[in-house]
Amino acid sequence: MPLADTLRALGRAGLFALSVLRASRPRRDFLAELVKEIYKVGARSLPIIVVGGAFVGLVLTLQGYRTLTTFGASDALSTLLGLSLYRELGPVLTALLFIGRAGSSIAAELGLMRATDQLKALELMAIDPVAKAVAPRFWAAVISLPLLTGLFCLMAVTAGWFEAVPSLGLDNGTFWSGLQGSVDAWDDYGVALLKSAVFGGTAALVAAYAGYYAEPTIEGTSVATTRAVVNASLLVLMLNFVMSALLFK
Amino acid sequence: MPTSTSPAVRLSDVRLEYGGRTILRGLDLVVPRGSMTAVLGPSGSGKSTLLAAITGELVPAQGTVEVFGQPVPRGARALLEMRKSLGVLLQGNGLLTDLTVAENVALPLRAHLRLPESELRARVAAKLDAVGLGGAADLFPRELSGGMARRAALARALALDPPLLLCDEPLTGLDPIASGVVMALLRQLNQSLGLTCIVVSHHVRETLPVCDQAVVIANGTLAFEGVPDALQASQDPLLRQFLDGAAHGPIAFDDVTGQRAA
Repeated sequence: MPLADTLRALGRAGLFALSVLRASRPRRDFLAELVKEIYKVGARSLPIIVVGGAFVGLVLTLQGYRTLTTFGASDALSTLLGLSLYRELGPVLTALLFIGRAGSSIAAELGLMRATDQLKALELMAIDPVAKAVAPRFWAAVISLPLLTGLFCLMAVTAGWFEAVPSLGLDNGTFWSGLQGSVDAWDDYGVALLKSAVFGGTAALVAAYAGYYAEPTIEGTSVATTRAVVNASLLVLMLNFVMSALLFK
Repeated sequence: MPTSTSPAVRLSDVRLEYGGRTILRGLDLVVPRGSMTAVLGPSGSGKSTLLAAITGELVPAQGTVEVFGQPVPRGARALLEMRKSLGVLLQGNGLLTDLTVAENVALPLRAHLRLPESELRARVAAKLDAVGLGGAADLFPRELSGGMARRAALARALALDPPLLLCDEPLTGLDPIASGVVMALLRQLNQSLGLTCIVVSHHVRETLPVCDQAVVIANGTLAFEGVPDALQASQDPLLRQFLDGAAHGPIAFDDVTGQRAA
């Protein structure tokens, strides 16, 4: 019965999310784990975010310049760059890169912990495996993704400036004043960070759920990793639409 | 109420099911405090299922399982409390791969006791010394041999000084020398600390000599319960088949073509 199975899976995922929140107590051990996980999912994602952000900025500037020049509106290039980045592309693309880099690793790590009896060992030592292995990864993603989004946008704008001003000959003052005038600190940048925090939490929960309940085999871990990336990516894209519809006037 | 005279583990008319299939039935077993009990039987006979019932991972379909006079609780919180009095050595060790040996042993101490760091380190060192791994504290599990990993897992299982130690196939994957070391170590801990020890294994030769009591599980139930000498002397065809490793006898098994050799 596919419907019953789907409802059961949704219910289990909801209970899993609740158990993660309930297990999140800021004790010394938890904070130590959190710092370790921020390094693993956040700091180790820096190269892909830096490179990805730069190239997205370059291509946006290139395509934006060609289109706007047709209408004699090339001065609005930085406005296009800023709004498209902060409102949509920055949070979404950073989340998708994050899912590929860190979400897959969360699912694989927890799947392997299941396959090698590490989660079972924690349970038998009367240690809540969700508190020990899942909650720090969840909060690390919630904290890291907004910071990574900020860096992604910074890299994209910087790369866009290098292409627009020194290379394409746009006026430096026009570029920065257009960006400053069109991007609002809260309505655009603040919402981008809020979206990123939600995407980070969602990606981590989906990945952790897939890994935590993986079949305890190598193949099960591989299936869980694929499922984590596909499900988390789709969920982020859907959530982005809902949040954009609700948050942007 | 638990009393000091109640056995470490008591199973009364227990039936265990897994996925709707009965694995073990009619189990009546008493494991005295301070004893070392071998639970023997062929692979797939339900030995690990029996351990799962004692640890509360599997709720019996019928009957009761008591640990130190208390029924194994079903609520998550009460179960966690009960597990603090159990040490479990898993077949796959279950060492956390991103922690060193010392950090693995410290894990239950950090989780359940509020000890000053110096005392915690001293306790970890004492446990590692007890299993002969004093020099391996800073190694990661991937750097250990099979025997060393098993002893590291044993040190972690003993970290909270539990009165009851459950060992699931502690000799699997070990060479004869490492097997001898692990069994001698378990016996030494049993005698020096008064630790009640249940060893699930199919390694008859290595296990029986160091145990006080032997239990054989076959064909879905207890086939024998008594002292090791009585088991060795038994002429029961079922027990003889298992002890002698005979391919044909009352214990049925499926060969690779799916035909039953019995």
